[in-house]
Amino acid sequence: MAGEGAGRSPGLPAGLSLRSAVEALLLASSEPLRSGDAAAVLSVEESAVTGTLRSLAEEYRRDRRGFQVVEVAGGFRLVTLPELAAVVLAMRPEITPIRLSGAARETLAVLAYRREATRAEVERVRGVNCEKLLAALLEHGLIEERGRRDVPGRPIVYAPAARFLEHFGLASLDDLPPLSPSVNETSGVRED
Amino acid sequence: MPHPYRVRLEAFEGPLDLLLQLIKEHRVDIHAIPVARIAWEYLDHLAGADQLDLEDAAEFLLMASTLMEIKARMLLPVAPAAPGVEVGEADPRRDLIERLLEYRSLRRAAEALGVREAEAGRRFSRPLAPEFYGPETGVMEPLPVTDLAAAMAALLRRNRPEQPRTIPREGFSIGEKMRLIARTLRRRTGERVLFWTLVRTGSGRREIIVTFLALLELLRLGWADARQERCFGRILVGRRGR
Repeated sequence: MAGEGAGRSPGLPAGLSLRSAVEALLLASSEPLRSGDAAAVLSVEESAVTGTLRSLAEEYRRDRRGFQVVEVAGGFRLVTLPELAAVVLAMRPEITPIRLSGAARETLAVLAYRREATRAEVERVRGVNCEKLLAALLEHGLIEERGRRDVPGRPIVYAPAARFLEHFGLASLDDLPPLSPSVNETSGVRED
Repeated sequence: MPHPYRVRLEAFEGPLDLLLQLIKEHRVDIHAIPVARIAWEYLDHLAGADQLDLEDAAEFLLMASTLMEIKARMLLPVAPAAPGVEVGEADPRRDLIERLLEYRSLRRAAEALGVREAEAGRRFSRPLAPEFYGPETGVMEPLPVTDLAAAMAALLRRNRPEQPRTIPREGFSIGEKMRLIARTLRRRTGERVLFWTLVRTGSGRREIIVTFLALLELLRLGWADARQERCFGRILVGRRGR
């Protein structure tokens, strides 16, 4: 991901602007386009890329294009307008996105809001066995293993993967919906 | 209990979910949870429901016993410095209340995520079909046409139809093949060998299968290990242990 083909700066053909080049990169990226990667390829400052992206987004909005630029999973991506979802799905019903089960969402919520957790920690909060669920989430690439915790049993630590951010349309873990009383590392109890 | 665990609880994510639901129905504050009443209804739910697999039932039953324990302890007068109970944690409900609050806030978080999920699901991007580009796809490596010819020749050589001949009774067994594989691995110690090199050229299908079964047996016994990078890919075999 980091710098697909970075290092080579082909230079822009005459008559084409940075704007066109950034647009091309957006269109040709299957993963969210990282502004840093684009900047490296185009030999410009990252701020120039983000500025261009912002102005492209504005242009698409103003011209009522069928697509928009969204920031997701640490990069930028060209996506269709949500208002046109029904039209898109009418033609391509097979790309109807999956919706996760409540149990899966709860498990992901524990991992996301805490940044990472072991199976035992997830199970403590949810009160049910989560072994199969974690295995399924791993298989779908929504979470990843992040080493082991240095406590007896050396349990595996799980964390949300980039795929999680993409699935929920989040720019980063800081983009999570705010919590009411927290499920943070602290036990989350209010002393009343 | 009069019935075995006849539980219709699929509607609930777990015992905490069911408890929260009961508390909500009673419109009581979690901090002042009326354990006796809630415990009663909780057990009602367990008793009046369909089959549930044992693993799930166990979790619901564990919570039931926790509720009964709390109920019992609340009936007891507070003993001064009871063993194992710290002063200030006198309320037997404390731990349960903490868990319920934490779970409730998790539920809200999960719901909020669900909203984001629904929104994200209405935006479609244009993924490039990953199997048709990229350096590490293996099957799609650019090959000079001569390699293709060589591959075909190798394939034909390996799969050459057997000539008509008298077929001797094939004298090999899994045990024999295991010994053969072990010997080969020992001879080429430290190396990994291709599975195909363990099979004599010209072996029939049966012999190949027996060799493969022998390899599986060695894997099971932990004497060998094998790796296959992808479906139908080459199998690399190495020695393990002794």
